[in-house]
Amino acid sequence: MDEQRSHIISALVLHRPGVLQRVAGLFTRRGFNIDSITVGPSEQDGMARMTIISRGDDKILEQITKQLNKIIEVIKVRDLDAEGTVIRELCLIKTHATSERSRSEIIQYANIFRGRIVDAGPENLTLEITGTPEKIDALIDLLRGFGIKEISRTGPTAISRGSKTI
Amino acid sequence: MKGSQAIIKSLTDEGVDVVFGYPGGVLLPLYDVIYDSDLKHILVRHEQCAAHAADGYARASGKVGVCIGTSGPGATNLVTGIATAYMDSAPIVALAGQVGTSLIGNDAFQEVDTIGITMPISKHSYQAMESSEIPQMIRSSFYIARTGRPGPVVVDLPKDVQEGELDYPENITIDLPGYKPTKKGHPLQVKKAAELILKSKKPVILAGGGVIHSNSSEELQHLSELIGAPVTTSLMGKGCFPEDNLLSLGMLGMHGRKSSNMMVDECDCLIAVGCRFSDRTTGDVNKFAPNAKIIHIDVDPAEIGKNVDVSVPIVGDAKIILSHLLRIMSQTNGPNNHDWTDYVRNFRASCMPRLSFDDMPLKPQQVIKEISEAVTDDTIVTTDVGQNQMWMAHYFTSRNPRKFLSSGGLGTMGFGFPAAMGAKVAMPDEDVVAVCGDGGFLMVCQDLATVKEYDIPVVVCVLDNRYLGMVFQWQKLFYDERISQTKLKAMPDFVKLAEAFGVNAYRVERPGEMKETLKNALNSGEPTLIDVMIDPDEILPMVPPGCGLTEIVGEYKVERENPNEIPYRPSAQETGGD
Ligand SMILES: Cc1ncc(C[n+]2csc(CCOP(=O)(O)OP(=O)(O)O)c2C)c(N)n1
Repeated sequence: MDEQRSHIISALVLHRPGVLQRVAGLFTRRGFNIDSITVGPSEQDGMARMTIISRGDDKILEQITKQLNKIIEVIKVRDLDAEGTVIRELCLIKTHATSERSRSEIIQYANIFRGRIVDAGPENLTLEITGTPEKIDALIDLLRGFGIKEISRTGPTAISRGSKTI
Repeated sequence: MKGSQAIIKSLTDEGVDVVFGYPGGVLLPLYDVIYDSDLKHILVRHEQCAAHAADGYARASGKVGVCIGTSGPGATNLVTGIATAYMDSAPIVALAGQVGTSLIGNDAFQEVDTIGITMPISKHSYQAMESSEIPQMIRSSFYIARTGRPGPVVVDLPKDVQEGELDYPENITIDLPGYKPTKKGHPLQVKKAAELILKSKKPVILAGGGVIHSNSSEELQHLSELIGAPVTTSLMGKGCFPEDNLLSLGMLGMHGRKSSNMMVDECDCLIAVGCRFSDRTTGDVNKFAPNAKIIHIDVDPAEIGKNVDVSVPIVGDAKIILSHLLRIMSQTNGPNNHDWTDYVRNFRASCMPRLSFDDMPLKPQQVIKEISEAVTDDTIVTTDVGQNQMWMAHYFTSRNPRKFLSSGGLGTMGFGFPAAMGAKVAMPDEDVVAVCGDGGFLMVCQDLATVKEYDIPVVVCVLDNRYLGMVFQWQKLFYDERISQTKLKAMPDFVKLAEAFGVNAYRVERPGEMKETLKNALNSGEPTLIDVMIDPDEILPMVPPGCGLTEIVGEYKVERENPNEIPYRPSAQETGGD
């Protein structure tokens, strides 16, 4: 029947304490899947924009949007279609890097992926990379061989392409 | 003025004249103002009863009910009542005390995260962190509670916020950019619905609580007449269509009437108004109304398509949409459904439930019949949860909206009595009767003290079967008669219990006694308890969980002599004058 797809839901919400809890709580209570949720101030004063990545069939997605809309602090909700959307995630990766050889290889990888070294110690390097979640996954895979000590990802945030806004 | 004074002023500005509450340490500032305010405060004996009473008040009157509980345990005791109101879309505002703002988060004495706890069971919630926020918050709470799909709103009030000073604003405007309930239905959808109805040969109307909330009973009746469609209701919709109308099918669902379940199965067009297709109403959704195109009218867009797929969704206020639909339809000749209408009437007559029994112990049918005979159309009846509720839903004939109050969505035992108390406070001129099970009543019986103290003359009928009847019924039907923990072995003598509270009480054991006793109790104008000894073995036919609506188990006792017999009840004119 309906296939399970990953959805990028963008929501404009009032920037108030408790709003994130309301939104996240809604997903738990209604049994909706939640892959990631990011939130930060938007272009409008007092409003924040949330990006929620969720999996589900069309029916579930419809419920997610409708239930989100019922939250009093939620102003607007839109399901962004993947093609017409710019998706970016920020990731910090701390790798084990003791030998000169591994250090220069890691720096090369960072360059290829348009990442940057943002911190270095005698035994480690920390890379910063932004991109689609897939690109970040690919870099992480490459770096595994060196010994990854820590990863911190923000989860994707998204905005629609062109002049469309929500 | 002080925050606490602002709370009272905000309430009175909203037209509130009575609140149900229970004080506590953090509410001292508020209760100090209540001490010399004109607001009537009813001191319940358990906060759960405050919330249910506010709920009963709201359901009976259509106004917003207000309850108050202190921080921590007071707030958690309100929770069941808030959840009950949420599930049945009853507009209440629950004010909870909270520890001082500087203590919040420290696990202070009697601190609980009221907002966190109530978030999933309320329409909205506020926590005031500054005294100056109070007027706007309370105003918005009432607005949210009563508009759109009604529901409970929680306001958390820390002690220091009650004590702080503020300038009460002259004008308060509601500023809720994310909250704009749709009222008018989309004209194209309404037109589509009209076309679908005109094409149908076997339409059925399913009416839910939304019809009552939107006061659209009249429009619903017009629609039924115009298209010759029978009307079935959910438990919440009971009373929105006169049940003695020959086109009334009674309640639908797991514990519904055969007439409803069979006709919904047969219909080719189901016009669902203000109902949410709960699993108790639909049975197995995959077998629900298999031959029908469904039109769904609801003010909450999220209810449409949630449980049942629909052909024509219409979001908006039922009254506005039904009027619109009627305007369109009355310009046509209307569908010719005479054959269907006749068929439905005959079918309905063939399965009218039998009500009269001479048996001892008393059969619940006979008890409900006598209750019906003792009350008028204006009497408000509440039920508790369990068999008592389903017997009332089946056998009690409701003719008017807001006269049958029952906990549907949450199925809260202990609802009936305090809800009756709230209803009586809201509508002091109407008789109010609570029908409860012995188990459910025992959960809230301490509030006999409240009805005594404030002289709230409700009549509580305890259907005393010494079992947790409904669960006992399920064990008998589905668990090999393994009666686990549903026999109530030690029970109080309910008559003595009531008398201990200073409340009049009677025991009824024989056919005929119920009617007289209830009439006398209602005439006495005093709170009264009637302990009705009934047959614990009587069970109601039902649709087992997971089955389709036609897969009924258990034998319906059908009235064969006089299929259209309904309990005689004097009309308003007949009783008028005394
Ligand atoms: C607070 C609460 N606890 C448990 C239940 C589960 N339950 C539903 S009906 C029922 C039995 C009710 O027994 P009683 O109040 O005696 O009414 P009867 O069914 O006998 O009319 C129970 C335990 C419930 N609905 N609410």
